[in-house]
Amino acid sequence: MVKIHDRKFVSVDPEKCVGCQICEYACSFTKEKCFNPLKSRIRVVRVNQVANMSVTCRLCEEPACVAACPRNALSQSEDTGNIVLDKDKCNGCGWCIEACDYGAIMLHPETKVVYVCDLCKDKPDGPQCVKWCPEEALTLVTSDVLAQKARISAIKKLFQESKEKIS
Amino acid sequence: MLGYAGKILRVNLSTGKITVEKLDEETAKKYIGGIGLGMKLWLANSKAGVDAFSPENPLVLAVGPVSATMFPTGGNGHAFISKSPETGAVGEAVSHGTFGAEIKRAGYDAIILVGKAERPSYLWIDDESVQLLDAEKIWGKSPAETEDAVKDELGDYYVRVASIGLAGEKLSKIANIINEKTRAAGRTGLGAVMGSKNLKAFAVRGTKDIVVAKPEEFIEMVKEFHERMKGPAAQKYRTLGSAENVMIQNALHCLPTRNYNNSYFDHAERVSGEILNERYIAKIIACNSCAMRCEHEAVIHDGPYKGTMARMEYDNIWALGPNCGVDKLDAIIKAADLCSYYGLDATSTGVTVSFVMDCHEKGILTHDELGGIDAHFGNEAALLQLIEKIGKREGIGEILADGVKVAAAKIGKDSDKLAQNIKGLEVTGYDLRCLKTAALGFAVSFRGADHNRSGAYAFDISGKVDRLKAEKGRGKLVKDSEDIYALIDSLIICKNARGTLFKELPDMSKLYKLITGYEMTTDELSLAGERINTLARLINIREGLSRKDDTLPWKVMNQPISDDGPGKGSVVTQEELDLLLDDYYLARGWTLDGVPTKDILTKLGLDDLSGIIEGKED
Repeated sequence: MVKIHDRKFVSVDPEKCVGCQICEYACSFTKEKCFNPLKSRIRVVRVNQVANMSVTCRLCEEPACVAACPRNALSQSEDTGNIVLDKDKCNGCGWCIEACDYGAIMLHPETKVVYVCDLCKDKPDGPQCVKWCPEEALTLVTSDVLAQKARISAIKKLFQESKEKIS
Repeated sequence: MLGYAGKILRVNLSTGKITVEKLDEETAKKYIGGIGLGMKLWLANSKAGVDAFSPENPLVLAVGPVSATMFPTGGNGHAFISKSPETGAVGEAVSHGTFGAEIKRAGYDAIILVGKAERPSYLWIDDESVQLLDAEKIWGKSPAETEDAVKDELGDYYVRVASIGLAGEKLSKIANIINEKTRAAGRTGLGAVMGSKNLKAFAVRGTKDIVVAKPEEFIEMVKEFHERMKGPAAQKYRTLGSAENVMIQNALHCLPTRNYNNSYFDHAERVSGEILNERYIAKIIACNSCAMRCEHEAVIHDGPYKGTMARMEYDNIWALGPNCGVDKLDAIIKAADLCSYYGLDATSTGVTVSFVMDCHEKGILTHDELGGIDAHFGNEAALLQLIEKIGKREGIGEILADGVKVAAAKIGKDSDKLAQNIKGLEVTGYDLRCLKTAALGFAVSFRGADHNRSGAYAFDISGKVDRLKAEKGRGKLVKDSEDIYALIDSLIICKNARGTLFKELPDMSKLYKLITGYEMTTDELSLAGERINTLARLINIREGLSRKDDTLPWKVMNQPISDDGPGKGSVVTQEELDLLLDDYYLARGWTLDGVPTKDILTKLGLDDLSGIIEGKED
């Protein structure tokens, strides 16, 4: 069993994301053998021209989607933290969609059950969106590493500012 | 038919009748898609001499076989084709973004619009469901405001929208069609054709899968192009973008300045790509499927234009900056934003403003006639005021809103000598007096003055030829380059990424085969490029154009470059132009009047159009 702090998910750096939607194509091609953003488990949002970011499942510690499902169709894998769907139980009611704050779980246009990022668990080289992103905006990370990165960049900025003050 | 949706949507805006036709395999292969297919459909659905603003003038929207695939830059293009109200010739304009991919996923290769809606309307295409909806509430709004309003009304925020602004509604012949707020099908005034049909916008939602013929090989090719886009072929666009040209062209003294009064701008560094990036570019974003993002988004953080955001590139910087003598980059960004707000082609608008400034300085237009606008070169306030007037078509804007050719005809007093246009379309930022391959490319371009119908300028600027010399051989260079460009705009891929096509025809041939499954040899593809250019020529002949229209602006032929430098004293003389034209027509196998021969039509499989050249061949 993987400790919760070792769980990885796909994180997106909004500074680097340019809104190209290549992650959507890579995902739909990997999972559905076609090019169709509507069948992608990762979705790009362009709020305005300078605010771009793609969004996918964050493998929450307390996944609201799992808690919301009235039919116990969703569960969280203890091994990986992935959200797992029991297709036979899902009737596409959409409560999980309402519960997810990120819009990361969606109703599939053809199977009529929900679907969500599984970190390309069948691919030895991991999530294909991460591999394809030309801007290196996507990374497969743990929340601990994200926190480390945030700390380092905050402190760097602080020291940079004090350096500027001295000079 | 993989790669193609296989369907053409036809909408009669007068009757509301909506039909779907099949795209047959032969037509698809012959005309590829994009501008090739679009021009074919326009020709087949229009009568000779049709008025651009008549309901009988079809407006065609087309995508290509590469559209909505993952091929970098392939996902994102679309082309509008119609008769240009500005040139009277075939009008076409390509734009990128995501809109084109959505049309393809909705299940269409092309949309043919005819007729005129009874009241302001927009077309809502939701896969098979096609409706004409009321646009009274959004009439008058900017394209960006229209997009937001349409998304709100339809309640779907992933709908893609292309729309016109006030300029298109008021039938300004320099009006464009803007998609996704910042991308424009800019040239030849097709926004006014939409306006004449009472059509404010297209809103599209497509949900269909796009499948290619050879998925595994295709994905390998995509990978390879991603790698190429990380390398030197895309370096320019990933960093300074086309704005890099400001300093390059200034160094070569081929940066038209103050409406061609100079070929060198003394303050070029102030409006350079370097300064733009350093001070204003907030983000470089990408179109759908592209791995080499090049869309430079400028944001102004302080000063009088605080809060302005606009997409900047060489063309709008040049037209609104050096060309008007303006060296304040924030004002140029504001001017570009105003053009987008009204839905005006920034190039044609800038050239129209520089024309007014030239007229004013030469005493042709007085202060009073300009409604008190102090239209001197370099006055950024006048630049902004004039754009407002053009956008609203009020005051002096009434005379200017149709571009320089129409304005000069209304103003008279020899002002046509200052009107920098070819076939009625305003020039773009290349001093043709010292770029003589480009001069030929511009002269023969079927849509009028433009660097986007051939890459002819690249031979001059890169030093591959003597740019000051008009000589035999340039015709073939222009022809081959035109044929490649026609294919790029038909597939549709992106010209900014053309450097990643290391071997143009073999790369395109492979791409076409992997997507469609159809064998298309490099020879066949080359022939298709030639066919598309010849088709455009046939349209123009049908509409009454001839060799006499393949010409250059008065200043290019009569006002030598005055600045010290390699091009000093240079013009393109009539003798030189004639030599270049003869050479080009010869390279195309056309007559010296520029008419394709029966033999050429037979070679290209265009025999069905031989009626157009009847009696003109000799």
